[in-house]
Amino acid sequence: MIEVKNINKSFGDNHVLHDINAKFEKGKVNLIIGQSGQGKSVLTKCIVGLHQPDTGSVSYDGVDFTHLDRLEKKEIRKQIGMLFQGSALFDSMTVEENIMFPLTMFTKMTKKEKLDRVNFCLERVNLTGTNTLFPAECSGGMQKRIAIARAISMNPKYLFCDEPNSGLDPKTAIVIDNLIREITYEYDITTVVITHDMNSVIEIGDTILFIHNGRNWWMGDRKEIITTDNKEISEFVYASDFMQEIRASMQDKRK
Amino acid sequence: MFSNIGKFMHMLWVVFSKPEKAGVFRKRLFEEIQLIGINSIPIVALMSTFMGGVIALQTASNMDSPFLPEYTIGYITRSSTILEFSPTIISLILAGKVGSNVASEIGTMKTTEQIDALEIMGVNSLSHLILPKILGAVLFFPVLIIFSMGLSLVGGWLSLMLAGLSSTETYVIGLRSFFEFSNIVYALTKTVVFAFLIVSISSYYGYYTKGGALDVGKSATKAVVSASVAILVANFFLTQMILL
Ligand SMILES: Nc1ncnc2c1ncn2[C@@H]1O[C@H](COP(=O)(O)OP(=O)(O)OP(=O)(O)O)[C@@H](O)[C@H]1O
Ligand SMILES: [Mg+2]
Repeated sequence: MIEVKNINKSFGDNHVLHDINAKFEKGKVNLIIGQSGQGKSVLTKCIVGLHQPDTGSVSYDGVDFTHLDRLEKKEIRKQIGMLFQGSALFDSMTVEENIMFPLTMFTKMTKKEKLDRVNFCLERVNLTGTNTLFPAECSGGMQKRIAIARAISMNPKYLFCDEPNSGLDPKTAIVIDNLIREITYEYDITTVVITHDMNSVIEIGDTILFIHNGRNWWMGDRKEIITTDNKEISEFVYASDFMQEIRASMQDKRK
Repeated sequence: MFSNIGKFMHMLWVVFSKPEKAGVFRKRLFEEIQLIGINSIPIVALMSTFMGGVIALQTASNMDSPFLPEYTIGYITRSSTILEFSPTIISLILAGKVGSNVASEIGTMKTTEQIDALEIMGVNSLSHLILPKILGAVLFFPVLIIFSMGLSLVGGWLSLMLAGLSSTETYVIGLRSFFEFSNIVYALTKTVVFAFLIVSISSYYGYYTKGGALDVGKSATKAVVSASVAILVANFFLTQMILL
């Protein structure tokens, strides 16, 4: 479980995060949702320590991460897998080298074991056989999936995905959602997913944190999010006419 | 300025930590020797040959006094090549080539979050990326400069032959007269310092790039300018310290 307490973060005059408190539970897919520019990515980076929060603390299974030194942080980071919003693949390396990199760096696996692991990860994201391509030769959606494969190659205990299915076609998006959910349940890991995609919210959101104006505005699960009368949430969930029609028909049924 | 120097020193402190895995480090080192060193051979060769040619021609054209023996041409060409032209001018050119290359490579990795990705895995990104570059340059720049010295002398000879200004024997006598080995040591000491300055300064500008592709370009420019200035300043002090 990851616990976030009273996080504040500013960039100059821009106060992005205000007193964020949250719990991300083990064995569940925890979503962070919210409109663009509300600080979701910044929050995630504060949680994994890429940004130092101005105040507050983050703990991983009870260990206070924020105040560890470099080497102690490293031990926890080896258990973190992260998918960045822009994939962040190493563009001087092939797909295979990208996924193999953490294995080479931190395990004593043999070449054969590493290769097996790479192929296993590629298979999970439906990209078998792309080993020798360079990231620049892959489409945006492929890059996302390769980045997921890299994030899971070390069997992380904590998995962070920043918009895993933005820019993917609906079918691949569902494949990715299912993959994230499967991995989470199968290995009992703590997964945090940032998303805008209402489909994902309904499909995989075990717990949902709604960030608005840099504050934790609302928390709940996927059933509650549909029925809540919180104004901002409703505006977010029912932003499209299509979703509004669905709500209308649901309300009709209820009557 | 001072906060920059503080940040720079702190960066070096982290860069010089023990590499995670010897095997990975060795592989990175060879990559960088290839990228920074071997790939610079053509430009160094071209520059050095022409530089030597011009030095020899200029010396020959300035030899009006009948009291100056003809072998002075070879002597002057050798001294200026070894003392100044090869180590300093070639390093300045490498500051342009290698500096912009290093700064933009690291800057791009920074702005596309590749450096964040390394950090998240638990890799010390500064040491992983920059240490092999610094070491590669410090090891291979002297090789490049010795190579440059040789070619510059050849260039001088070629130009004299083509212009018919001197004979091979006299030129060679000039090259061999009053030779002091310590000059080579001085030149290579300078080279090592310049190599370190070029790569560490451009890594610094690359690593602390903020923003997007445009800012990567700006960092590369800043890197080249600062590295060149650093070379000139260091050259002045090193010369004072070693030669005087
Ligand atoms: N490195 C940074 N330096 C300065 N300001 C930043 C930095 N990163 C983010 N910000 C600011 O923080 C705010 C929140 O950005 P963030 O990337 O967290 O948004 P987001 O919720 O992830 O949006 P999106 O859904 O579009 O990805 C923005 O106003 C942005 O300008
Ligand atoms: Mg974001």
